[in-house]
Amino acid sequence: MTSINAASIKQNIFYNFRVPYALITLVALVAIWEMTAKLSDVPAYMLPAPSDIMVAMQSMWGLLFIHSGITLAEIGIGFVLATLIGVPLATLITYSHVFDRAVYPLIVGSQTIPKVAIAPLLLAGFGYGLAPKVAIVTLIAFFPIVINTVVGLRSVPAEMLHLARSMGATPLQAFWKFRLPQALPSIFAGLKLASVLAVIGAVVAEFVGANGGLGYIIMIAGSNFRMDQQFAAIIFLSAIGMVFFWLIGLAERAMLPWHISVRSASEKN
Amino acid sequence: MLHTPDTDSFISIKHVSKSFGPVQALSDIGLDIKSGEFVSIVGPSGCGKSTLLMLLSGLMKRTGGDIRVGGQMVDSPRSDIGIVFQRDVLMEWRSALRNVLLQAEVRGMPMGPAAARARELLKMVSLDAFENAYPHQLSGGMRQRVSICRALLHKPPLLVMDEPFGALDALTRDQMQLDLLRICRETHTTVLFITHSISEAIFLSDRVVVMSPRPGRIERIIDIDLPRPRRLSIRESREFATYSDEVTQIFKSLGVLREGDDE
Ligand SMILES: Nc1ncnc2c1ncn2[C@@H]1O[C@H](COP(=O)(O)OP(=O)(O)OP(=O)(O)O)[C@@H](O)[C@H]1O
Ligand SMILES: [Mg+2]
Repeated sequence: MTSINAASIKQNIFYNFRVPYALITLVALVAIWEMTAKLSDVPAYMLPAPSDIMVAMQSMWGLLFIHSGITLAEIGIGFVLATLIGVPLATLITYSHVFDRAVYPLIVGSQTIPKVAIAPLLLAGFGYGLAPKVAIVTLIAFFPIVINTVVGLRSVPAEMLHLARSMGATPLQAFWKFRLPQALPSIFAGLKLASVLAVIGAVVAEFVGANGGLGYIIMIAGSNFRMDQQFAAIIFLSAIGMVFFWLIGLAERAMLPWHISVRSASEKN
Repeated sequence: MLHTPDTDSFISIKHVSKSFGPVQALSDIGLDIKSGEFVSIVGPSGCGKSTLLMLLSGLMKRTGGDIRVGGQMVDSPRSDIGIVFQRDVLMEWRSALRNVLLQAEVRGMPMGPAAARARELLKMVSLDAFENAYPHQLSGGMRQRVSICRALLHKPPLLVMDEPFGALDALTRDQMQLDLLRICRETHTTVLFITHSISEAIFLSDRVVVMSPRPGRIERIIDIDLPRPRRLSIRESREFATYSDEVTQIFKSLGVLREGDDE
């Protein structure tokens, strides 16, 4: 009896303790990198060791924070704008045949244009301030939001809409109580994709022409052959991207506790 | 001109037809249903059963003919009907209770009494312990019971059901049939029930409408003269077997059912 109990307790401990595989892998990779950089003949300006990067990061801590703020503003404003334009536009496309025929094919078709290639054009048009960067982020984040929202709003089963009509639902009720909740999981998938693209958009915009932001730091450090500083900025950038993605996941979990993607994630641990 | 209802029929369907472009789905359908009656429709797949239900609920426009419910012509979605579909179409983001209450929210019914009635209905189908459960925590039969409660919340005089038990296992199906009969008796609800199952139709109904394949037509209407309340054992009776044979013979003569040795 007691042995069974002990075994089940032990099993429970093992079950609840999640081995941080990803962290272990990361640590191992960094260690290999450190050794390669220190023991090989590769010069530090081509391959800085992680320890050198940490030193660089410490020396430019304040600078990194200030420029992170600039990049964060570009991403945040651009993302919010993309959502504010994208979701209503997707709603129009779903409800209006004219919009569906006249606008949606263009939006889908324009997906093939590399948005990065438009960056110089926008910069030429908007100048060097915050506006062109926000415009590029909005543009790049806007597509996945529109497309996923349209797909979500259209995925409502026909019976659900029949049900709405048989209850005498007004079009507004049908949208708020039937269509939109059904579309939310798909909208969140779009927002997550958009959040990743928004970070890329901001950095590209800063590469093309800027006097601030983490992309700008990366450019300057590159022209000074300071790979260590470049990596320091890249680490900040990844952190921004990850936190951003995580925040959207958090909102998703709060709003869609019923949805399968949220459920299966929480049932596993 | 005043409409004078001929006979005491609650639903009156006359010469109704429906085409989808070149496809004629229904042709010259005529059917009268009395208040409180339980009528089932059986017919081969694609004969227009669901289409008829959509026409009756005003969710689709008919090509020809007249449909009246309670003396009123049906020409827009009727909100005094309760509908149950083959799929339960529950909202995954609402608890069982709130799924039932959706009906009240959309209609702007006072929520206090509506919640009381919703609980009463859930209790009637033995789901009182599950009012706060979400659909993904319920079995298929439980989910369908919630959707039946939703369809009954506003006390509709007419309940239309499109193969509601099609996806359930045999045991759950038997229980649901018994529950449905009890609820309808208690609430005096008129029911139009669509099914693929001959024995389900006979077991539940006062009349069984047998439809022919496309274009859907009413082949025969059979009065089911079996005592109520119906018990499961009635399916073993000679009368039941006779009704079942009758429907089977119709389907055979229509070429819907074929047995190998007949050919
Ligand atoms: N929206 C539609 N557009 C075009 N044709 C349709 C539409 N709905 C139904 N039909 C056609 O009408 C006919 C009847 O369809 P219906 O869904 O009413 O059949 P059913 O009797 O309910 O079949 P099942 O038992 O398989 O559910 C079918 O041939 C179908 O192809
Ligand atoms: Mg059907």
